[in-house]
Amino acid sequence: MSNPYAKLPAWADYGLIPLINLLVAFFVAGLVVLLVGENPFHAAVILVDGAFGSGQGIAYTLYYATNFIFTGLAVAVAFHCGLFNIGGEGQAYIAGLGVALVALTFDSVLPWWLTFPLAVLGAAAFGALWALIPAYLQAKRGSHIVITTIMFNFIAASIMVYMLVDVLKPRGSMAPQTRQLLEGAQLPKLGWILSEFGLTVRPSAPLNLTFLLALLMAFLVWVLIWRTKLGYEIRTMGFSPKAARYAGISEARIIIITMMISGALAGMMALNPIMGDQYRLSLDFVAGAGFVGIAVALMGRSHPVGIVPAAILFGMLYQGGAELAFEMPNISRDMIVIIQGLVILFAGALEHMFRPWVQAVFASFSPRSVGMNQPKGERA
Amino acid sequence: MEFVDTLINILNSTIRVSVPLLLACLAGLYSERAGIFDIGLEGKMLAGAFAGAAAAAVYGSAWIGLGMAVLVSVALALVHGFASITHRGNQIVSGVAINFIAAGSTIILGQAWFNQGGRTPSLPPEGRFGSNTLPFAEELRGVPVIGQIYSGLLSGHSLLAYAAFLAVPFTWWVLFRTRFGLRLRAVGENPAAVDTAGISVTWLRYRAVICTGILTGLAGSYMSLSQNAGFVKDMSAGRGFIALAALIFAKWRPVPAMFACLLFGFLDAMAIRYQGIALPMIGKIPVQFMQALPYVLTVILLAGFIGKAIPPRAGGVPYVKER
Repeated sequence: MSNPYAKLPAWADYGLIPLINLLVAFFVAGLVVLLVGENPFHAAVILVDGAFGSGQGIAYTLYYATNFIFTGLAVAVAFHCGLFNIGGEGQAYIAGLGVALVALTFDSVLPWWLTFPLAVLGAAAFGALWALIPAYLQAKRGSHIVITTIMFNFIAASIMVYMLVDVLKPRGSMAPQTRQLLEGAQLPKLGWILSEFGLTVRPSAPLNLTFLLALLMAFLVWVLIWRTKLGYEIRTMGFSPKAARYAGISEARIIIITMMISGALAGMMALNPIMGDQYRLSLDFVAGAGFVGIAVALMGRSHPVGIVPAAILFGMLYQGGAELAFEMPNISRDMIVIIQGLVILFAGALEHMFRPWVQAVFASFSPRSVGMNQPKGERA
Repeated sequence: MEFVDTLINILNSTIRVSVPLLLACLAGLYSERAGIFDIGLEGKMLAGAFAGAAAAAVYGSAWIGLGMAVLVSVALALVHGFASITHRGNQIVSGVAINFIAAGSTIILGQAWFNQGGRTPSLPPEGRFGSNTLPFAEELRGVPVIGQIYSGLLSGHSLLAYAAFLAVPFTWWVLFRTRFGLRLRAVGENPAAVDTAGISVTWLRYRAVICTGILTGLAGSYMSLSQNAGFVKDMSAGRGFIALAALIFAKWRPVPAMFACLLFGFLDAMAIRYQGIALPMIGKIPVQFMQALPYVLTVILLAGFIGKAIPPRAGGVPYVKER
């Protein structure tokens, strides 16, 4: 198939065009704010101030960002293989079960630094297993991974409601959640790091050790995708399944391994709220983080270096959005869902919309920089 | 006799919960048969439901509500078309985006305009599509079985419900007996051939997407103007995805689509009626199991264990004209 898009310098491809897309998304979001009858610039100031204006705000922003780094990496790893994992939400939800089982078993016996690695394994294993079935069905039976992962989100939600209401809920309690976790399953907070910089952070601020785990995972994903044989195979597969087949790469094996890695990454998101903040497994604790991961991965162009800032941006929207809802009652947190949708639309589905214009500008300055070449892009 | 009454009751609620599924499922049928995957059915339904309820609340007319629902839903469908046809973007990504935009904006706008926590005001009778009694339904009520089916099951639904079931043969006729339908199916299988024949792939796909918008608008209006008296946030509650599941279950054909929607509707109706009641031999079935069943069935079907669901060949692939 002839590709209609010409080559641009790398900085335009990875910097300028995503930036334009993002600005358009926020411009449209601003129009929605205007439609609601508020001043978008004033709203933006409140939002940024709420997220970064205080130590407490930064701690919350980074806490939310932790979730999105995990889910964003999960979506990105699958993207590199040409797979679209919409199931991050369900994988994280089920992984909550893995975390809770480990934590409930060991929290009275082991100290947190022994419970934590076990819980990481539990989260990764449950998340990976929940991704395994759709992956197997895609690899061996040819059923479309997008549809199966969507279905698995709903199945996961049903299972978790059943588990929490009928199995894990302590006797005599009304709320569908597990018992409070003991100290052996409570992760240390990281607010003190911010205090070192002279910011005031209350001990209740939820930023915790999982944030460092998320950064470590971002690094490991970079190593995996660009520095290992497996990563090379994954990228080959995503670029051209036919070429991968010629090169002797087993399609089924790569699909299954990639999806399990993706599921494990999404699953680790469960550690953050369960062991880092709420100290219990409760209903709907994922709260859409799995879906935010899609926006984060698209915005970060599936590269850890892009994903971490994109996750922090969405963390800012979550935290600042909560502040904004206080100041402007008309703009509730659901505004973030709109922004999320717009980012997915402009940075994802319409990513090439402004390309011809940018190209025209480049061509008028230096015609040599615009030759014909395949641009790198994600495919589902 | 009591058994017949219960059965008719369940089937009646089956029809009621199936209608939005059916409309959304047929909506997806047009788009996917033309080669445009659409996982944004859910968002378009939701936006349609909101626009319909909002317009009906302001103007006090169900028909204005319906018109507005269709308009908004078609507008979103065109956004999907713009992204996936004109700009050859990823259709799945675009659908996901539309779902989020609809979910967020219905709540934000609803809160800003009506100040009822994301709800629209409760609609008066003239702002809704009420139930229609079929002729002689009252007279025939006493006749055993046939009369009961006629007056208890077939009569008493809203106009939109009858429209939904009439849309099934209509869709079949359009797809398999008209020139437009033939071309629409062709463009979903082999757009290059359609292009060679001198027919615009772009315009054909846009028309398919508009059909999708109209039908999801109807599905949304049914939810907010007929099933309920107004819009409640997130009221589509995953029905767009169940409709998608039904579409795959029906292998992208209109009449099986109706039966798939009725089956999923039946499961839903049973789950509502029999929650927590112990069945003989099996014991108590958790409600969540019944709720998850449509999704489980779809996964099993997709895996090819009950027949094989083969999507339109060009589905999800943007068409690039050769140059």
